[in-house]
Amino acid sequence: MNLCERSASELSALIARRQVSAREVTRAHLDRIATLDRELGCYLLVDQAGALARAEQIDGLIARGLDPGPLAGVPVALKDIFVTRGIETTCASRILKGWRPPYEGTPSHRLREAGAVLLGKLNMDEFAMGSSNENSGFGPVRNPWNRAYVPGGSSGGSAAAVAAGLCAAALGTDTGGSIRQPAALCGVVGLKPTYGRVSRYGVVAFASSLDQVGPLCRTVEDAALLLEVIAGPDPRDATSIAEPVPRYRDALGQGVAGLRLGIPKEYFVAGIEAEVEQAVRAAIRKLESLGARAVEVSLPHTEYGIAAYYILATAEASSNLARYDGVRFGHRAERPVDLLDMYCRTRAEGFGPEVKRRIMLGTYVLRAGYYEAYYGKAQKVRTLIRRDFARAFEQCDLIVTPTSPVAGFALGERTEDPLAMYLADVFTIACNLAGLPGLSLPCGMHGRLPIGLQLIGRPLDEATLFRAAGAYQAATDWHTRRPALG
Amino acid sequence: MGEARYQAVIGLECHVQLQTRSKIFSGSSAAFGAPPNTEIDPVCLGLPGVLPVLNRRAVELALRLALATGCQIRTRSRFARKHYFYPDLPKGFQISQYEEPLAERGAVEFRFGDEHKRIRLTRIHLEEDAGKNLHAPGGAGVSLVDFNRAGVPLAEVVSEPDLRSAAEAGEYLRALRQLVRYLGISDGNMEEGSLRCDANVSLQPLGAHQYGTKAELKNMNSFKFVEEAIDFEIERQQRLLERGGRVVQETRLWDSEKKVSHAMRSKEEAHDYRYFPEPDLPPLVVSDQWVSRLRRELPELPLARRARFARAHGLPDYDAGVLTAERELADYFEAALGGGAPPKKVANWIMTELLAHPDGTQRVAPEALGELVGLIEQGTLSGKMAKDVFAKMFASGQTARAIVEREGLTQVSDAAALEAACRAAVDKNPKQAQQYRAGKTQLLGFFVGQVMKATQGKANPALVNEILKRMLA
Amino acid sequence: MPITRKELEEIALLARLALSEAEIDLYTRQLGDILGYIEKLRSLDTEGVEATTHAVPMDCTLREDELGERLPVEDALRAAPRRAENFFEVPRIIAAHDEE
Repeated sequence: MNLCERSASELSALIARRQVSAREVTRAHLDRIATLDRELGCYLLVDQAGALARAEQIDGLIARGLDPGPLAGVPVALKDIFVTRGIETTCASRILKGWRPPYEGTPSHRLREAGAVLLGKLNMDEFAMGSSNENSGFGPVRNPWNRAYVPGGSSGGSAAAVAAGLCAAALGTDTGGSIRQPAALCGVVGLKPTYGRVSRYGVVAFASSLDQVGPLCRTVEDAALLLEVIAGPDPRDATSIAEPVPRYRDALGQGVAGLRLGIPKEYFVAGIEAEVEQAVRAAIRKLESLGARAVEVSLPHTEYGIAAYYILATAEASSNLARYDGVRFGHRAERPVDLLDMYCRTRAEGFGPEVKRRIMLGTYVLRAGYYEAYYGKAQKVRTLIRRDFARAFEQCDLIVTPTSPVAGFALGERTEDPLAMYLADVFTIACNLAGLPGLSLPCGMHGRLPIGLQLIGRPLDEATLFRAAGAYQAATDWHTRRPALG
Repeated sequence: MGEARYQAVIGLECHVQLQTRSKIFSGSSAAFGAPPNTEIDPVCLGLPGVLPVLNRRAVELALRLALATGCQIRTRSRFARKHYFYPDLPKGFQISQYEEPLAERGAVEFRFGDEHKRIRLTRIHLEEDAGKNLHAPGGAGVSLVDFNRAGVPLAEVVSEPDLRSAAEAGEYLRALRQLVRYLGISDGNMEEGSLRCDANVSLQPLGAHQYGTKAELKNMNSFKFVEEAIDFEIERQQRLLERGGRVVQETRLWDSEKKVSHAMRSKEEAHDYRYFPEPDLPPLVVSDQWVSRLRRELPELPLARRARFARAHGLPDYDAGVLTAERELADYFEAALGGGAPPKKVANWIMTELLAHPDGTQRVAPEALGELVGLIEQGTLSGKMAKDVFAKMFASGQTARAIVEREGLTQVSDAAALEAACRAAVDKNPKQAQQYRAGKTQLLGFFVGQVMKATQGKANPALVNEILKRMLA
Repeated sequence: MPITRKELEEIALLARLALSEAEIDLYTRQLGDILGYIEKLRSLDTEGVEATTHAVPMDCTLREDELGERLPVEDALRAAPRRAENFFEVPRIIAAHDEE
């Protein structure tokens, strides 16, 4: 059997039943990385020794009859935005090259505690700013389905690695669509939980009120399993929600009979590729055939989402990135003339253009005198968008949309036009603004490129997302497709 | 200063370090004086990926101050980020409170000479302290940064510009210090930096309705420097205005050695702090129950205690002031009264004998002092002997009664014994007796001395005087 | 012109970013485009709408005043670009922000 084509849940069962060892599984993935990743650029760091040691440890525990956890022996990888003690963490930025954190963050800790084997750290858009993974300080990631195309971003490395079988599952972060959009472009499952469902301690901050941690994986079942492992309150994160974590996997087989699917009319306007619209409408019909009912809803403030997002996110980013100043860690410019020079050159040398753009935009909108017109205004628009969803959820249980307006775009296609790049997030952004859970899963192909279906749920109602996605995956096989790789 | 055409208008902005065990947003120690960078954690160091979590006790201590100053407490208050780049500010922003602070509209009251002053407070809010920069010795072109202090909780106390002189400002500051010590929320030490103060000073032309332009004074780390700096600034502005110049809104640093202030040379633009609400901290909710409990637990405040001492214990206002200057001393005084000794006498003993020693209250237990005074009152111990006994109590930690009994120092008041001693003194000194009777009445002292010598100082002096006068008459 | 070259230079200084002349031109144009797009919010009536800071309503959880894990000095200083014994070293600070 090809161990690199298995889902995390399958591998977990095989390892627990001792049909295969954790070491074998890890070895298989490491070999595949060595063979394929040079062309794809998914990994920034592969921790071969650490992974094999952990795998052996897991095998040892199993041999002694102990249960190392629900992810025992499953090889996972982390977007390089997750702080891992002693293992270089760069956020794909030169300003953090060589930084070995002296502490461990909560999401990676919980994965380890569940027995997962960490293969390495994944490439991303620098500081999570981007929708194509072309903003990495260490080279782009290529879409495994077509290497001339982008994998999406900012969790491009995570999505591509899962699609290419370079890990069984990955964690990413999603601030404006950064898990869901690359999941759609790479044909994998990506989940952004409700804001506060997963701890952000040890997750390098981009936009604090929007960032959320989530899994990228092959199947909806894996997403449910991973969410069970990483979700839950954390005393180190004052914005983590106290609600207990349900057994999300229970929702998978519940079917969609009676479920009302909201189809927002504002999401099906000019600008979507025809093939994307077709695939999504076919998916909706599929769900209807399984017992769901589609209703048209309206999210009238949709068109203002990107503008509001780019004010709030950049403002928070300009603030969160002020700590990269060359004083305590990371890059520092050589031979500074004085303190001001040290700050200005350190940050100019360390940050890429997109990061600089967003820092400056964020600084601009927070300036004295501009706050009400920009940040204050955007916060009110945020309220209007939340209200839109609340009203829509009176008529439906789930909102269904395309994840991305296009199935993909080529490397270099949008790099000269930042604004065009921003518009890639148009369908995913509202979810972050409203704090809602959103899931993307494969629902079709446009030529060689996968198309993603997005499901959006009520706050803390990930279970309904799993219900619908589970039913859909049980009745279709889009999620079993694999890119043809060497 | 010549004809007074201007009135000084002063407001103070103080920072009080709150005495919590751990820091405001993280778990490393808030203690002062540790070796550099030994009391830090990822959060207060501002490492990538960290998050703040608010210390309940920091909120409590700030609330105590808010209640003691009669502020209105906000049920939901918010934190905000205040941005500037500086090496001792790890995140490049300080977590503080801006538009919705914890408490507003209170007042600090104190005695200023004969007047009772009430200085209004604009607000009290919570924020985190920054680290410390040290200039490397020898001017090596580098500075050194220690983050131990980064994250220590601060209560910022902003007064309205109600102060009218440097001396008044000094008294306000002393009152604030006294208050935070009474409340047990801070040791209020200006030299160590647990109480800091910046002053805003302007001159208002008499009769004008608007305030003048204010200058901000910084770098004053003692009460004396605060008063000197404010006086200097008032004079500086006065001279400037009289010359027809205009006061510029600027920040000036006090040089305590040269006794002058300098405008800060700043290569930077005027500060644009780019405040926005702190997304990592949801609003702080302070419930009515919490506030009620804290209100019940408030100690008696300094002014009230001072008034009560005067009233209930019949003490002069001055004494009451000295005894209530520090809460520990006021507690000490009241404990010393437990045995029934007269308050005024206990007060005198404390003020003259006990306070002469910096650690007096540690060495002599209040009950022991009270007992000593009681023994004098009962006539068991003479006033003169009492001073020696006190010295012995101080040195040994023993009680007065124990020392008196061990050394047989009980005052002799037995009439027969004293009669005999006096008779003996008079008989042994016929020449002086004759001189006394001839008119040299000052020789009474001589005879008293003789009796004291014969009785090893234990004779009751008042009785001895009485008896001798009778015998020599 | 949503943002002038001069404004961009001020922003860059506030944000502590050293930019070349070419970069100033580029970013002035790009930020101008983005700000131009953001202008669409102006036409939206938000009168009487309250601001959202936290998308999911939550109250502040507090922690007890207990000592937690401390970072050993070596761990804290290991990543320091420049250090002098147990201090972080930076170029001399001349103009004080808040001189203590």
